[in-house]
Amino acid sequence: MQTQELARGFADPVLEAQGAFRAAMWALSRPGQPQELTTELVPPAPLSPEAAALALALCDYETPVFLDAALAAERAVADFLRFHTGAPITEDPGEARFAIIANPMELLDFSQFSPGSPDFPDASTTLILQVAGFAGHGFMLEGPGIKGRIGFGATPLPGDFPARMAANRALFPRGVDLLLAGAGQVAGLPRSVAVKGA
Amino acid sequence: MYVAAKGGEKAIRNAHKLLAKRRRGNKNLPSVTLEQIASQLSLAVDRVMAEGSLYDTHLAALAIKQARGDLIEAIFLIRAFRTTLPRFGASQPLDTGDMLVRRRVSATFKDLPGGQLLGPTFDYTHRLLDTSLATADQAGEVDDQANAAPALSDAADAASKMPRVTDLIGAEGLIEASPVDAGGEPFDITRAPVSFPVDRATRLQTLARGDEGYLLALGYSTQRGYARSHPFVGEIRFGDVEVILDVPELGFPVSIGEVQVTECQMVNQFKGSAAEPPQFTRGYGLVFGQCERKAMSMALVERALRWQELGEEPGAPAQDEEFVLSHCDNVQATGFVEHLKLPHYVDFQAELDLVRRMRAEASGKPAADEMKEAAE
Amino acid sequence: MSGMPEISYNFAYLDEQTKRMIRRAILKAIAIPGYQVPFAAREMPMPYGWGTGGVQVTAAVLGPDDVLKVIDQGADDTTNAVAIRGFFEKTAGVATTTATTQASIIQTRHRIPETALAENQILVYQVPIPEPLRFLEPRETETRQLHALAEYGLMHVKLYEDIARHGHIATTYAYPVEVAGRYVMDPSPIPKFDNPKMDDCPALQLFGAGREKRIYAIPPYTTVRSLDFEDHPFKVQRFAKPCALCAATGVYLDEVILDDKGGRMFVCSDTDHCNTRQAQGHRGEMAAPAGEAA
Repeated sequence: MQTQELARGFADPVLEAQGAFRAAMWALSRPGQPQELTTELVPPAPLSPEAAALALALCDYETPVFLDAALAAERAVADFLRFHTGAPITEDPGEARFAIIANPMELLDFSQFSPGSPDFPDASTTLILQVAGFAGHGFMLEGPGIKGRIGFGATPLPGDFPARMAANRALFPRGVDLLLAGAGQVAGLPRSVAVKGA
Repeated sequence: MYVAAKGGEKAIRNAHKLLAKRRRGNKNLPSVTLEQIASQLSLAVDRVMAEGSLYDTHLAALAIKQARGDLIEAIFLIRAFRTTLPRFGASQPLDTGDMLVRRRVSATFKDLPGGQLLGPTFDYTHRLLDTSLATADQAGEVDDQANAAPALSDAADAASKMPRVTDLIGAEGLIEASPVDAGGEPFDITRAPVSFPVDRATRLQTLARGDEGYLLALGYSTQRGYARSHPFVGEIRFGDVEVILDVPELGFPVSIGEVQVTECQMVNQFKGSAAEPPQFTRGYGLVFGQCERKAMSMALVERALRWQELGEEPGAPAQDEEFVLSHCDNVQATGFVEHLKLPHYVDFQAELDLVRRMRAEASGKPAADEMKEAAE
Repeated sequence: MSGMPEISYNFAYLDEQTKRMIRRAILKAIAIPGYQVPFAAREMPMPYGWGTGGVQVTAAVLGPDDVLKVIDQGADDTTNAVAIRGFFEKTAGVATTTATTQASIIQTRHRIPETALAENQILVYQVPIPEPLRFLEPRETETRQLHALAEYGLMHVKLYEDIARHGHIATTYAYPVEVAGRYVMDPSPIPKFDNPKMDDCPALQLFGAGREKRIYAIPPYTTVRSLDFEDHPFKVQRFAKPCALCAATGVYLDEVILDDKGGRMFVCSDTDHCNTRQAQGHRGEMAAPAGEAA
């Protein structure tokens, strides 16, 4: 058996979890407006520090976590998450409360994840997408949290992203919610947002 | 000129000082010790442990002292402490068949293996005030013989572990089987929000920490015809049971201590169908400590709540799951009832205005002009 | 008998697992504006009905850099506001303020401050009964269905019956609103006077109901519409007189009874707003002359 030193978790679990949560909270409150998210975490690749910070802040034994193929290929990633959060790692995206996506270009269709039920639309998957950054204003966003409409861009994202988001919006109040984790930042795209190609 | 009343902070401080003083009472008398409370007011301690959902006699005694004997307040103190404790896991189901029995009575059989054991009970006492207790020291009046010997010393051997009455009837197939433990952790009402309808574990947990008086009244109502279930006390037993925890790291179960519980198994009206011959049904009650009235009430209400599963007619208050379970927690109930004493002047002002306006309209006179409504 | 356990509490009282659970509920609440997210409310060291939901939301959101304001009935010095503020000073050591403009988090019972809220502010409401349909249909099993189907006819019937009977909609507080065109929501028992402040508000609004175990939210800049009818549009209370202390108009006033001969006066329910105006030199008819105010 190969022994590897496990990457460290939050140095100050109470305050760092609070900070990452607050960033996620404002991100979903202001769709498409990236919020600052700083972290000292050095998680095993290809898990990004920002995605790791969100996972450590929000996941625990009550939240099955799905990893995309890129993350699942590295055992150290699952070990890291299991050790620091206690979350069960699931291979069934429909069962996951959180899904971490290292390669958004290979993003599974949203219908693979749980959109919640009409009675309990909150019982849905939150997707944490690792992106390189937030550049350009390729999409126009409207909806709760946005004054008027704003432009938004992130890379990389699949070409049919607006169509996927539109299909997700059509399910409202069911649907998945997205947190996009970039370098030092997190942006939110909750199910309530209307995304249109510019 | 008008100066608004202020000084909430100071008022609160002073009120709390006054409370502490009243709690202490007459300073010429010794302060009551937790040991005295735990040993002499043990049924109060048991109730606080049961409805506080925390088995710790010392803390329950402290809570009773701090609450000046107000048991619901004491239960509240225990709950607020309990919620901060880490949760290590779920124990194996308690095996009450393996109980070290201190009291056991059955109303269904005159004699049975293990016998009837009255134990420490108020039953058959004449409810005459005992003035001998009024003196401070009655050490000589207690028969230490009775005190020293719990149930089992009389019994010849380890067979004194008494089989449960329902198991004896069950061996003949005369009563519905006790539901099998499905394994896994039961739903925990203190860790997840309840949604209706609930499963058995949720129902039992909610009733077990429910208010004794509330369950007593509901149980009583079933006897008076509101969901009558023809109950017999199959058995009430009170005693010590081991709590056993599976520790995956160790690979074997470990006993982590003993708790005292009261269990009541009601044997209720039989039912049968074309497919199944008639058999008795069960109502179940289990409570920390010696809380017999509560265990019996719980068993009656538990049985009433099973109407759907047993194909009975609904309609009685005790059968209404959402109603019964949503209102049985006395910490919730007391908080919400008592919150009415908090200031509500903002809302009252809004109502005051509307009533004044509607009265003015009804009398045909113009409204007094303190307030009126306008479109935004 | 066991010895007394060592008792120590985490930052902001709640343990980290509880905070995570509440935080997840808050995120879902924000993503589904106006929908009541069930959460496993914990038992708090204060009674149910006295703000346990608001306190849990605040505790889950609060960080060491926050500045907290707590009001009850619009006032910072009401006893329950004092008690809750003291709780967070003790368990989280955060800075507190009475100034609406200085606060990053405002926990409130029954009022929205008069001073317009800003982006970056969080308003946390204490909610006794989160279900707007509860008094029409007490069963959660039923109301959940009605929300799922967006079947709100019952609520409109109730409001319209008021009009038929009284000539008015007889709901003066906890007046139901529709959030972002979908969920009908209870705004907590604020006077309907405050309802318009919820609409398109730059601040984040979070609602916590502890006993009923529900959290819900209104993101910033979200449409919040008070239910009404074309022939009976929503109206808010207007007071004929200004505040007797600061002369403010267009604010919500408390009626204070001065004697047993019908003497009464009306003063701002929002004490910070009133004090700020008095400090700026505004004087109502019952106020101390400038310079004498405490």
